[in-house]
Amino acid sequence: MSAHDHHEEMHPPAPVWMYVVNFLVLVVLTIVTYFVATKDLGAMSTPVALGIAVVKAGLVVLFFMHVFESGPLTKLTIFSSLFMVAVLCGFFLVDYSTRNLEVLPPEETAPVVEKSAKS
Amino acid sequence: MSTTVSELKAKGVPFVNNEPSKVTYLNHENTVASWLLTLDHKRIGVMYLISMTFMFLLGGIFAGIIRAELITPKGDMLSSDFYNKTFTAHGVIMVFFVLIPAVPASLGNFIMPLMLGAKDVAFPRLNLMSWYLYVIGAVFTLLAMLLGGVDTGWTFYTPLSSTYSNGNVMVVAAGLFILGFSSILTGLNFIVTIHRMRAPGLTWFRLPLFVWALYATSIIQLLGTPVIAITLSLLGLERVLGVGIFDPRLGGDPILFQHLFWFYSHPAVYIMILPPLGVASELVTTFSRKPIFGYQMIAGSSLAIAIFSFIVWAHHMFTSGISPYAAMFFSLLTFSVAIPSGIKVFTWLGTMWRGSIVNDSPMWFAYGFIGLFTIGGLTGLFLSTLGTDIHLHDTYFVVAHFHYVMVGGAIVGLMGGLHFWWPKMFGRMYNEPLAKLSAFFVFAGFNLTFFPQFLLGYLGMPRRYHEYPAEMQVMNVFSTAGALVLGLGYIMPMIYLTYAAFWGPKASKNPWGATTLDWTATDSPPTPHNFEGQPVVTEEPYHYKSTENKEHALAH
Repeated sequence: MSAHDHHEEMHPPAPVWMYVVNFLVLVVLTIVTYFVATKDLGAMSTPVALGIAVVKAGLVVLFFMHVFESGPLTKLTIFSSLFMVAVLCGFFLVDYSTRNLEVLPPEETAPVVEKSAKS
Repeated sequence: MSTTVSELKAKGVPFVNNEPSKVTYLNHENTVASWLLTLDHKRIGVMYLISMTFMFLLGGIFAGIIRAELITPKGDMLSSDFYNKTFTAHGVIMVFFVLIPAVPASLGNFIMPLMLGAKDVAFPRLNLMSWYLYVIGAVFTLLAMLLGGVDTGWTFYTPLSSTYSNGNVMVVAAGLFILGFSSILTGLNFIVTIHRMRAPGLTWFRLPLFVWALYATSIIQLLGTPVIAITLSLLGLERVLGVGIFDPRLGGDPILFQHLFWFYSHPAVYIMILPPLGVASELVTTFSRKPIFGYQMIAGSSLAIAIFSFIVWAHHMFTSGISPYAAMFFSLLTFSVAIPSGIKVFTWLGTMWRGSIVNDSPMWFAYGFIGLFTIGGLTGLFLSTLGTDIHLHDTYFVVAHFHYVMVGGAIVGLMGGLHFWWPKMFGRMYNEPLAKLSAFFVFAGFNLTFFPQFLLGYLGMPRRYHEYPAEMQVMNVFSTAGALVLGLGYIMPMIYLTYAAFWGPKASKNPWGATTLDWTATDSPPTPHNFEGQPVVTEEPYHYKSTENKEHALAH
């Protein structure tokens, strides 16, 4: 192993209370998810549900999967994966969100040019 | 550690005049099990090479059948249904089982740890598992072909692969799903190896450019391949459970399949071509006897290609019904790939300029590679331009373009790499005149096969039909004749390289006078653990004495 990789060494593990707090926050967020689902928030229903899910997933990735304590390379790896998902979904939307837009101007009838009859 | 003669003999080590011959990775154990259960990256590389060559032969036979059918305008040899199955088999085998693993799994596995000064890859067991997954994936796919084949083309577009398909699609999909894991594990293994197992002194900017190319490839394998696995799983879900994903009747969108498929399969083109680009960098600098021109630009361009490869995929879909705005967006982005590709070609030319070029056979393949890759790349610009793509889409122009990139680029690059590293892999030299003849046949045969297809495509001959208008026959006959010459160019090295591996004259440690660790610090063939001690790197990778510097020194 080369010497310049030493900065990748792990930090000391997080204390137990941090896991407990995280667990409790996840439980609370799960309950919030349930109650939000029972209310009609109209167009905001999906964004709110996804927002809660993202926060929960973030907590799991950062603390239970030890990314918070890991070196920059691990963080870069996680970021790359999320970035790829963002590219995938974002660029899909470039197509899906513009499919129904009016593209061409209304068709105009070309003026009819009368040709002079040649004798 | 001392080993007695009887112990060595029991292991099958060959003896000459009661003296053990040099212990190498090839002769230190000789049983079949010692190969099938090996954790040695070199043996795994050789096993990939053998299994891939088998698949290449198979895919080549299907290509031969296609070209034979197309000699005449009428579909008189194969039924249209069987023709569909034939080109699907050709595409699936060549893309997934030959081109994608071609350079990384065989040459990459063998050479990359040697270049790093490492004893093996980071996860040797995972490496062996990758090979087994490759074989299992191949068995599934060949089984599907024996059961009646698949007629969707290698792209598996819905609804051809869902609503209207025969039952074998899922067997092939299962095979490709398994194969995908082989690719992911190889990519993961390589990334960790390059990060963690470099020799002391081997900093990032002292890495050989082949390693940079493999690193960029591995990133694509790791980030892209899961998407095709998910896509095939979704296809399975729709077919088996009726979940509406791609079928409009169930609320799905067939174009979503194309988006997901190309999100992987376009970057997959760069999985195929990036490693041969790395091989070309090694060949050009070694045989020009000159430090490579623009090292950092080449390394950076490999990473740039890897990144750009993920944001251009919808150029395969301009006529599929995507939004015209999205088409414009992706057309613009597609042009960006030309920049790093152009950087590479110009830096190779810059390296050769005023170099002391040695025209050994690997360099002949490098010349062919540069020419064919350039034509392949430039004709890609015709297809990324929206207006011309409308005319050229799904014609033989596209077939010619991607064969110039994938065969003219990837396969010729692989052949150049094989000729370059064969003395290292097997410790023996091959017949040089035959190798040059093969390089000539491949270059001439390839152009004769595929250049007429550009013209046919421009004239409007659609791909994937077994019939065509009679006036297009001349070009098709040229194409088939070229395929015969190309086939000869492929078969020749299979024979003389195999012969050389067993009976060729012995090669020295560094027959080309190269400067990287794989040549300077290991024997030919390498010992089981690659190096006697831990090599230390103190110089840049290509420290050839530049002729330019000599001239400069003389002038003063």
